[in-house]
Amino acid sequence: MPRSKIDIPCHVEHLSILDETGRLDKGLEPEIPEELLLKLHRAMLLGRRFDERLLSLQRQGRVGTFAPITGQEASQLGAVAALRPSDWMAPSFREMAAELWRGRSMESVILSYAGYNEGGRADEKGTTLPVSIPVGSQVLHAVGIAWAIKYRQKDDVAMGFLGDGGTSEGDFHEGMNFAGVFQVPAVFVCQNNQWAISIPRSKQTRSETLAQKALAYGMPGIQVDGNDVLAVYAAATEAVERARSGGGPTMIECVTYRMMMHTTADDPKRYRKDEEVEAWKKRDPLIRFQKYLADKGVLSKEKTDSLEAEIQKEIQAALERSEEQMKALVDPLVMFEHAYAEMPTYLTEQMQEFKKELAAAKEENHG
Amino acid sequence: MAKMTMVQALNLALRQEMEKDDGVIVLGEDVGVDGGVFRVTDGLIDQFGDQRVLDTPLAESAIVGMSIGMAVYGLKPVCEIQFSGFSYLNFHQIECHAARLRWRSQGRFTVPMVLRTPYGGGVRALEHHSESREAFWSHIPGLKMVIPSGPRNARSLLVSAIRDPDPVIFYEGKAIYRAFREEVPEEEETLPLGQPQMVQEGKDITMISYGAMMRPTLEAAKELKEKEGVEAEVIDLLTISPLDDAMLVESAKKTGRVVVVHEAPRSFGPGAEVVARLVEKAFYYLEVPIERVTGFDVIIPLFSREQSYLPGAHRILRAAKKALST
Repeated sequence: MPRSKIDIPCHVEHLSILDETGRLDKGLEPEIPEELLLKLHRAMLLGRRFDERLLSLQRQGRVGTFAPITGQEASQLGAVAALRPSDWMAPSFREMAAELWRGRSMESVILSYAGYNEGGRADEKGTTLPVSIPVGSQVLHAVGIAWAIKYRQKDDVAMGFLGDGGTSEGDFHEGMNFAGVFQVPAVFVCQNNQWAISIPRSKQTRSETLAQKALAYGMPGIQVDGNDVLAVYAAATEAVERARSGGGPTMIECVTYRMMMHTTADDPKRYRKDEEVEAWKKRDPLIRFQKYLADKGVLSKEKTDSLEAEIQKEIQAALERSEEQMKALVDPLVMFEHAYAEMPTYLTEQMQEFKKELAAAKEENHG
Repeated sequence: MAKMTMVQALNLALRQEMEKDDGVIVLGEDVGVDGGVFRVTDGLIDQFGDQRVLDTPLAESAIVGMSIGMAVYGLKPVCEIQFSGFSYLNFHQIECHAARLRWRSQGRFTVPMVLRTPYGGGVRALEHHSESREAFWSHIPGLKMVIPSGPRNARSLLVSAIRDPDPVIFYEGKAIYRAFREEVPEEEETLPLGQPQMVQEGKDITMISYGAMMRPTLEAAKELKEKEGVEAEVIDLLTISPLDDAMLVESAKKTGRVVVVHEAPRSFGPGAEVVARLVEKAFYYLEVPIERVTGFDVIIPLFSREQSYLPGAHRILRAAKKALST
């Protein structure tokens, strides 16, 4: 009856394939067709440049508050690149690049950030949920979707995103627990970007890794270098395949860094040092990947330059289209739409009342 | 027709909807093998198996969050929160997601789920097992809040709630789970959500209530008739939100005297909304101020005193007599 030890056979893997100096672990290098490599690169570059453009638009007052993704391109794109279009994705609010990968248009992102509900309009057959702002809460939706996929005997998977701050939320733990109990085909991608607004990762949890939280819920947890798109892709592919083949859920911790502010309303200088940001700049996921592609001989400086120009053009065109669209989105009555499948009587009455007010105000203005 | 308790009638609704549609999934704490602590889901796991009836871990937010995901995918989850006093843990998922996904996605993703949960006092239970917080849910745009008052309408409303394309909070009065039986037909029966029901017509006074409070309200109406010769018109709201006021307004215009009854606390309770609507739409027809007979603005006391808190027929009767006195 003495105190004894219960041996729990567990470990957390750490995966890094392409380090910050561009050195490659050849043995671990995933086999990615050139076409996909270039598509990933393009998506990372687009995510970065679009983020930069959004920031300047925000500073000019042309869009409102948003959460920049710069620095996290590899961690989100490496993950969704492992999905098929029919798989599901439940994003948080810092997955813009991944959303674009999944088919969301830049116009729709601009519309949302400019304060138009129309930006949330999803493709009728789309399987990417809209942005979820309450931290960690979307993890549960991925679990429910994954359960439904399994129940309907489809071989799709559901991928839920969250951040390091999200791992402190109850919904994350409840979701992980349910996913483990019901063995659903889900993959949880935690973008550990080191900061939850002003709270550093060290103050979020005493756990040595975030990935180890998976172990308590009976699922594998893996920590990857989130700025290494090859590692993220390799880990995500493995997790997605496990889920697809009935092997249950996985949690992936992508160690990355939030290069910008939490949102444009935040000033990170209040709580973190420039040196830290500078150090992470050296681990830039985009530059690292570009070096890898150049070494591989699939990307030249000329190609990159012309891609840069092409992307800027695309962003400009999307911006012009969205600003054109906004001019037509002046009817305030749309606020009454999409509350219910059928508008309740009292809401119809309120809308009519408001219509009359609008007409009266118009009359006054003319008079 | 079989005479059933509300528990049996709800069970019938679940069973028949599950037979009809394999997208209907029941989930919650102890709903499977145990058949639910009130036995509403009794026997469902035997008939449909553990892929249709899920005994979940003990986590209210996850039960609801997972139901949201299922509903988004196209299933029709009917989750049970064991007592409404524990549903605050999942309030966030309802307010932030269930009620908003249709709106957020501009109609692409909808959440056709039902959250069933027992509410209300009168069964000598522990703390957190007796309150009546329908006002919380009724304040949320995008959500429906339904409360049946007896076996027959409970069955019909639950069927409608399961088929409804929007999320529904479905409160089941513990006090009336087994208090009385009604004829409930085996064949399908539904009631539209969002419409009150005229329980009895009358010309002298309008009495408006719902849920477990319908019984004392009807008792008071009966006594008014027998002892005072007063003909009360009694309306059962059935759906608290969205509240359709047409029948209420028409009745108030007819009688000019109104009593609203609920066991939820008075301030900002459903009665406040009913009164506001009548003031907006029937003010000039009202002969006297509208009476509210409700729970007090306190936490419902532990059970030795809960009957003092709950509106009974006597309190309702006194309020009605006051409304009739001038």
